Amino acid sequence: MAGRTISEKILARKSGQDAHAGDLVVCEVDCALGTDGSVPMALDYFKAMGGENVRDAARLVFALDHYVPPTSPQTIALHRVMRDFAKRFSVTLHEAGEGIGHQLIVETGRALPGGLVVGADSHAVTYGALNCFATGIGSSDLAAVMLCGRIWLRVPDSIRVVLTGQLPGGVYAKDIALALAGMLGADGAAYQALEFAGPGVATLTLEDRLVLSNLAVEMGAKTGIFPADAETVAYLQDRTGQAFEPVAADPDAHYSQTVEIALDALTPRIALPHLVDQVVALEDAAGTPVQMVYLGTCTGGRLRDFHQALAVLEAGGGVAPGVQLVVTPASREVRDAMTADGTLDALVGFGATVVEPGCGSCCGTCGVIPGDGVSVISTANRNFKGRMGNAKASIYLASPAACAAAATRGAVTDPREVSR
Amino acid sequence: MTALRGRARLFGDDVNTDSIISSTRKRESLDPAVLRQFLFEHVDPTFAASVQPGDILVAGKNFGCGSAMEVAVTTVLGAGIPAVMARSFSRTYYRNAINNGLLPLVCETDGIREGDILISDGTGAIRNERSGETLIPEPLPPIMLAILRAGGLVPYMRQNGDFKL
Repeated sequence: MAGRTISEKILARKSGQDAHAGDLVVCEVDCALGTDGSVPMALDYFKAMGGENVRDAARLVFALDHYVPPTSPQTIALHRVMRDFAKRFSVTLHEAGEGIGHQLIVETGRALPGGLVVGADSHAVTYGALNCFATGIGSSDLAAVMLCGRIWLRVPDSIRVVLTGQLPGGVYAKDIALALAGMLGADGAAYQALEFAGPGVATLTLEDRLVLSNLAVEMGAKTGIFPADAETVAYLQDRTGQAFEPVAADPDAHYSQTVEIALDALTPRIALPHLVDQVVALEDAAGTPVQMVYLGTCTGGRLRDFHQALAVLEAGGGVAPGVQLVVTPASREVRDAMTADGTLDALVGFGATVVEPGCGSCCGTCGVIPGDGVSVISTANRNFKGRMGNAKASIYLASPAACAAAATRGAVTDPREVSR
Repeated sequence: MTALRGRARLFGDDVNTDSIISSTRKRESLDPAVLRQFLFEHVDPTFAASVQPGDILVAGKNFGCGSAMEVAVTTVLGAGIPAVMARSFSRTYYRNAINNGLLPLVCETDGIREGDILISDGTGAIRNERSGETLIPEPLPPIMLAILRAGGLVPYMRQNGDFKL
């Protein structure tokens, strides 16, 4: 009998069934997130389902993050509907400006090793970094979770992603994720889990791992899950009082495929418009003019990202004329830390426009929108045409350091050249 | 399964949900009757006006990738489109489709041309009237079939109150 993957073990635990890849299971959900982008519809489905009470309000979290600040009577109304429901049923609601729901789930210790967390937003996969089976769902599935506390899932096959060595200077977690997207393609992990493994994992901070898990969905993956280690436990130490039981893969677990990435040999990557898997070596795109640089999102809006970006901006002498730099911290906790250590002031000193913590410009629902014909380089996870609210703009995706390097020259630039 | 008869409306690979309906549109309304006028607006500005009830979307791989927003399904249904045929779907689009009663059909779509009349008598097979080719979509997992047969996740949950395998 073959051993089991992390995903198989977690879904067995949560369903009480002997779960193997391909099986259908019904699982207890430890936590479910909904945002202002998904909850309003979920409440309609919930009502239509005959929902009179939520099964377990303690396992539900609402976050107002897509419309921050709300700029129309319609979005104000969406927020009001969510606030009223949350108050009535004692659901935790994170107000507009507190941050991106995914970042808040992680910061508040709601995604725990060995757990199952779903989010009505595709980037719920982010929490896989914490050894949690985390996946995105739609509004109707969220409504069902609200009603019965459970979800049906097909136990996915897993692709083992073995990381070896250590990242060289100027190369970051985002480069690993983009390299992987380039290797697997936009649907290379469809219906499957990515399971990260190998000695390279220990060299990555929890913030690095969040970047890799976050981009898993851009390869079609159901989740992007890491093993738990001392780094995981240290991150959670002051964030939860709850006991948790990490899950490790069996040595003889079965994988649909194994891919290896030698971190030592990796160089900066960039995704070209308009698909996340159009990934090339950044040096091959060097010199491409950019007029807007976006630092933020649930991929690249954490403290470490802004530190990396700032170091490059300082080395490069600031933002080139004609470049708009937009900064959106992923959460208030991130912004407060940036304020405390001077990062925010330094970015503002370089002319950055700072937007309230939230999804910001990433999906074009709020924040700064690029103009017609503008090329944007962004720390985000998606570069679909129209993604940032203007179908006449082009979006490049790269690491925070590479985005900052582009800001210093007004063109795609290898961050290693600027830091030298 | 539902009987179908409609014109094929062709799209390519990796059609993302933002291109089905721009997420900026759902700020103003979640009503499919409103959103349908913006269906695929950045892919083909004439598409929304040209849709006829019964039209079937036909695409390549990874249909519905990107955001899990459910308006990308309800807007398609709102336009009178009962089914999407694709070589593969993103998992969130697939789930959302089933939950709302939009039929997601996984099959080879290479041989289908724009405007081909596609017919299904409800037994699952789909016949291309022009080419005479018959396509057999991959079977749905039992729970998805049950949800679809109930008419979507809303009636399914009204009946069962919980998921039953």
